[in-house]
Amino acid sequence: MDFQYAPAPESRSIVDIRSSYGLFINGEFVDGKGESFKSINPADEELLADIATANAEDLDAAVLAARRAFDTTWGPMPGRDRAKYLFRIARIIQERGRELAVLESLDNGKPIRESRDVDIPLVAAHFFYYAGWADKLPHAGFGPDPRPLGVAAQVIPWNFPLLMLAWKIAPALAAGNTVVLKPAETTPLTALLFAEICQQADLPPGVVNIVTGAGETGRQLVEHPGVDKVAFTGSTEVGRAIARAVAGTAKKLSLELGGKAANIVFDDAPLDQAVEGVVNGIFFNQGHVCCAGSRLLLQESVAEEFLESLRRRMAQLRVGDPLDKNTDVGAINSAAQLARIRELSQIGQDEGAERWSAPCVLPERGFWFAPTIFTGVTQAHRIAREEIFGPVLSVLTFRTPDEAVEKANNTPYGLSAGVWTEKGSRILSIADKLRAGVVWANTFNKFDPTSPFGGYKESGYGREGGRHGLEAYLEH
Amino acid sequence: MAARVAGTGWRPTLNTETPARLAVRKTYKLFIGGAFPRSESGRSYQVHSASGEFLANAALGSRKDVRDAVKAARAAAGKWSAATAYNRGQILYRVAELLEGRRDQFTAEVKAAEGISRKDAAATVDAAIDRWVWYAGWSDKIAQVYGGANPVAGPYFNLSSPEPTGVVGVVAPADSSLLGLVSVIAPAIVTGNTVVVIAAPDRPLPAVSLTEVLATSDLPGGVVNLLTGVVAEMAPWLASHMDVNAIDLTGVTEPTLGADLEVAAAENLKRVIRPGQPDWDADPGVSRMLALLEIKGV
Repeated sequence: MDFQYAPAPESRSIVDIRSSYGLFINGEFVDGKGESFKSINPADEELLADIATANAEDLDAAVLAARRAFDTTWGPMPGRDRAKYLFRIARIIQERGRELAVLESLDNGKPIRESRDVDIPLVAAHFFYYAGWADKLPHAGFGPDPRPLGVAAQVIPWNFPLLMLAWKIAPALAAGNTVVLKPAETTPLTALLFAEICQQADLPPGVVNIVTGAGETGRQLVEHPGVDKVAFTGSTEVGRAIARAVAGTAKKLSLELGGKAANIVFDDAPLDQAVEGVVNGIFFNQGHVCCAGSRLLLQESVAEEFLESLRRRMAQLRVGDPLDKNTDVGAINSAAQLARIRELSQIGQDEGAERWSAPCVLPERGFWFAPTIFTGVTQAHRIAREEIFGPVLSVLTFRTPDEAVEKANNTPYGLSAGVWTEKGSRILSIADKLRAGVVWANTFNKFDPTSPFGGYKESGYGREGGRHGLEAYLEH
Repeated sequence: MAARVAGTGWRPTLNTETPARLAVRKTYKLFIGGAFPRSESGRSYQVHSASGEFLANAALGSRKDVRDAVKAARAAAGKWSAATAYNRGQILYRVAELLEGRRDQFTAEVKAAEGISRKDAAATVDAAIDRWVWYAGWSDKIAQVYGGANPVAGPYFNLSSPEPTGVVGVVAPADSSLLGLVSVIAPAIVTGNTVVVIAAPDRPLPAVSLTEVLATSDLPGGVVNLLTGVVAEMAPWLASHMDVNAIDLTGVTEPTLGADLEVAAAENLKRVIRPGQPDWDADPGVSRMLALLEIKGV
């Protein structure tokens, strides 16, 4: 069957992108002293804006502003007032939701359907959730007198730019810390719009500082002697480097790193529903998801039937213009990421796995990769062990539940997993044995501010979200 | 009391009642997998009291002892973490009963190790036993207090439950030979972790006696493993071991060693409790237990 859709583009006129952006320090935009860089739209390589780079001097100023705010305004402020600022921010995010969604899709390449229906609503929900904690910290379960840590250095990735900002800033501020946050080099625009939202909310200067730049700026920020807390979301490799960098200091560290999640489909699962879940698990956000269900574990007896349905479903995925409301899969975030996905996919082929890609027409400009699955994958294959961080699914099979658990846990990562079965008892017994921070049952990639998220093993430590997420920002 | 023999540091121990009788001396060994082996290295070292008197020889643990202890801890981790919380609590409470029975022995050992009065040593031993009981009671409460149902905005159930991190390497506090020791072991094992502990190098005897209590309790072999010797010789192997999930560096007193151990621990992203000198008499709170737990959401 051939479905035809007329394009249904979301208007980009709602966003007003400036030609250049400075750093947000002490409540104001200031010029960066480093060399500026460009943020482009990955869907068509169009230049969006010039972005400042924070050098060491800029970072000193940002950390000093955060320290002063911690000492003079935000630290001494009663929790109920901190809560009201966070409520204000949450409301403004809702009010400017469409603008934020369009800007996110332009800068990141993700489909507007996702930025509009998933990212931005979750951002607002996160600020609402943590706003309510600001005046209830003694009830959070960390003793009668939990105290903020001070200045938090936060470095976030490009896959969910504003959502990762919310996961970092909302709990930090609720707990009474001030922050210096560095968004990813390829996706700084929504963080800079968030800076304007802080101004609009009359947030005291210095409570939130946004510094832009590449990896070097991030390294200098986490190593800055004036910070009390480091929070990082990104690759396991960089996470290790950060853990080494803060060794021997008093900086509290939380890390949310890579994953290679197993999505396990048992033969009694509702297969059509499972196909939808598997598609969502790996092709949501172009597979740029640390908890993506990138390893599909199929029970042998249903493997053929399932794969046939999966290929049929994948052939219907609409890959293209992120601002088109019909689009399912958008652009790969950067040329570098595209090169990484291509390289690992080539390795998958070279190592003997069988490659199949959805027959879609990819736009000529921009960074694109067709949704792809590899079958005949074994544990020894690199595509079964390494995080690809793209729309590429490795399919393995199993016969018994024990074998499924063994294969699922056979990874240094432990961020998430999925179980598909009609049997409730099996959900519970498998979930109990999986070494992963989140186990979804008959669903996948569901996030909620009340639900703590974070990894086992080399997927990092500390939790974000929920009551547990406060602990990363409290001394007790 | 018999005269001290010059040159050997020899003296009869704990033999004030019947001067005619020669005391049987205690050999202090390692505790690995529920057994008491000597160090694989064949080495031992002299332990002296706070006032400098020779007390005993202790095993001088090696890299291979670390490896054996980690193996034993890993082997025990599955069953111990799968035991019911009620069962773990019962076993740990039973340990407290046995500690109470050896109160006088521990008091003498702590007094000698720390150079404090008998009265203060007795108070420290009492505090250690009470701390053990306090932690034992957490076994079937931690999941209630630190887990729970999350009210997600959708038609789903979402439950958080704490799970043990796995194998935990511990550098025991250098200062507090019993109270500090139980204050780092109990919060790790009560939730289902297993531990490899490096005892305080200068004050290891109460730690070895604690393992003798554990060996005669119902605690499965391998849940607690104890090594005596030099921290700087063993801790790097523990911190870099890829089958260790977390490391508690509380007892590391040398700052550069602490930083090096943290760097080694980063290789497989071990959870780290940093060096510190907590007030062991204060309410310990829950932070040590939480540092060695993973939260799983289903």
